[in-house]
Amino acid sequence: MKTDKYTTTDALIAAHDLHKIYAAGDVEVRALDGVSLSIERGEFVAIMGTSGSGKSTLMNILGCLDRPTAGTYLLAGHEVSRLSREQLAAVRNRLLGFVFQSFNLLPRTSAVENVALPLYYAGVGAREARQRAAEALERVGLGKRLQHRPAQLSGGQMQRVAIARALVTEPQLILADEPTGNLDSRTSIEVIALLQQLGAAGITVVLVTHEPEIAAFASRLLSMRDGKVVEDRRQNAAVALGDAISTMTRPALEAAGEVA
Amino acid sequence: MMTPLRMLQVALGALLRNKMRSFLTVLGVVIGVGAVIAMVSIGEGAKARVAQSFESIGTNMLVVRSGSSQRGGVRGGAGSRWTLTWDDLEAIRREVPAVRHAAPQVSTSAQVLSEEQNWQTSVEGTSPELFDVRNWPIASGRRFTAAEVTQKARVAVLGKTVVDNLFYPGANPVGQQVRINRIPFDVVGVAAEKGSSGRGGDSDDVVMIPVTTFSAKVQGGLQSYIRGSIFVSAISQEATQQAKQGIEQLLRRRHQIRPGGDDDFNVRDLSELASAQQESASTITSLLAGVALVSLLVGGIGIMNIMLVSVTERTREIGLRMAIGARPRQILAQFLCESVALALVGGMLGIASGIGAASYLSGRFGWPMLIRPDVVAVAVGFSAAVGILFGLYPARKASLLDPIQALRYE
Repeated sequence: MKTDKYTTTDALIAAHDLHKIYAAGDVEVRALDGVSLSIERGEFVAIMGTSGSGKSTLMNILGCLDRPTAGTYLLAGHEVSRLSREQLAAVRNRLLGFVFQSFNLLPRTSAVENVALPLYYAGVGAREARQRAAEALERVGLGKRLQHRPAQLSGGQMQRVAIARALVTEPQLILADEPTGNLDSRTSIEVIALLQQLGAAGITVVLVTHEPEIAAFASRLLSMRDGKVVEDRRQNAAVALGDAISTMTRPALEAAGEVA
Repeated sequence: MMTPLRMLQVALGALLRNKMRSFLTVLGVVIGVGAVIAMVSIGEGAKARVAQSFESIGTNMLVVRSGSSQRGGVRGGAGSRWTLTWDDLEAIRREVPAVRHAAPQVSTSAQVLSEEQNWQTSVEGTSPELFDVRNWPIASGRRFTAAEVTQKARVAVLGKTVVDNLFYPGANPVGQQVRINRIPFDVVGVAAEKGSSGRGGDSDDVVMIPVTTFSAKVQGGLQSYIRGSIFVSAISQEATQQAKQGIEQLLRRRHQIRPGGDDDFNVRDLSELASAQQESASTITSLLAGVALVSLLVGGIGIMNIMLVSVTERTREIGLRMAIGARPRQILAQFLCESVALALVGGMLGIASGIGAASYLSGRFGWPMLIRPDVVAVAVGFSAAVGILFGLYPARKASLLDPIQALRYE
């Protein structure tokens, strides 16, 4: 099966035979060794694997932070694997949202300003950016925490600010790199529930994790080893949680956040 | 892209997060810009002061003196032989078009007596044009006239120092008599105070009498040569060189000096001295400005240093900004904006402190305060340039960061 770059496809992500080779001294490290995958819109995909399995490298390439040594990568129908740094930045700004393990919020900057940041880079005016940032924070249940600084927020709240920041540009794909790695199990579930809701709203979510219980919430599971995808299966685990969360009211979420 | 205003806001916000650090960095530029402005202002003030003092002497003035004697290869100094004649003086007056006035000046030291006191001073024989040539007004009374010169009248104009030493304070010497070598003279005027001469002597310690009277009564008989100098004023400052050349040609012809022969006179040009003084003041100004520019450069290095620290500290922030879609160019612009903001704030405060320092110092030295607008503009432009130049390297370093590495940076 060959993915032609001019073939129109419905898949949000269509990657074909991705290779990433690092030169570590005289030794070549094949971080990715022929990965092909296709992800449809609205899927919630978990990528699992031990460290060194290539999952972070794949994530960086899918997130347009890095370019593959060989292979093609179509994101929303655009060939992005050969774009320049400037062009990749524009793609990240328009199509992607990132959620990190360590939140990566700007310190001494209010939640609303943190969330508005990608909009500033997109050229949105300050007033509109703040308005949209406030709406995004509302959406993650932090409508009353707009002016709080990261230091005044709990871990779960900080990660929700980060999710709001990923959401605010209305991206097609959200990439979450161990988003629950720094959170306790209860807060982790809130954050995962939020990501699931996004999937329900039509946003594709790709999650990297090493915790099977977190990966269980995804609708599809990719396992990686030695730079290759060794397992790719769809699962139903998400349904129960989705129902559980949909019954959860926003005030309850807020309260949970405050406790945490 | 962000608007420039928004970028400036972001930059100022980032700088205000580290108030002390930003303040100290700015201080380097403040001192640099302030020093440039203050130093140049001081230099200019000194220059203006020099110009003022030379104006009081008269920059269009020439002094013609008898030249060196030469006997058997032994050459005497200037004035070692009298060569200028009274006819030479008349010829200079009549035949050199660039000359406005010419006045002889012969002098000797003599004891001068008033009713109350006596005082040894310099008695100078001259003609009324001398007051024009030397740009020397009369404070009270009048000059002696050309007619009095012709009549060998016993009249005198006293300098301020002589008045102070011969008369009681408040007394009006005009109309009184003084005796020079026991010969009575009527005081017709007092010359305005002129201050110290260029060489540190007192210009006001002098009694001026008609040159004819000087020859007849003080020197004891008319001499064929002028035993002194001829003071000449050109018609304008620009014509000074013309007048000088005219006099030289005239005197060479009159003294029958062959082409290639040495002059037996010399013409000194005070504007040379003035321009030399001006030039040395200018040199000092540029020297001061140079030192000040070096300190501005040091301020720039301070900016670069702190921006490099800032880039390293904020590596993760840079990675995040890149991940959420900041282009390398925008990262570059952000850090450049910060360093330029530092430099410009420093520049503004530097102007204020420079003007403050200049006005304080000029007040202390009694110089006119001269703030040159072009220097202010150059200083601000230079500080902005310093901000860009020294901010460029750190900003470029930031923009070239790999977002993946930057996000992992601890």
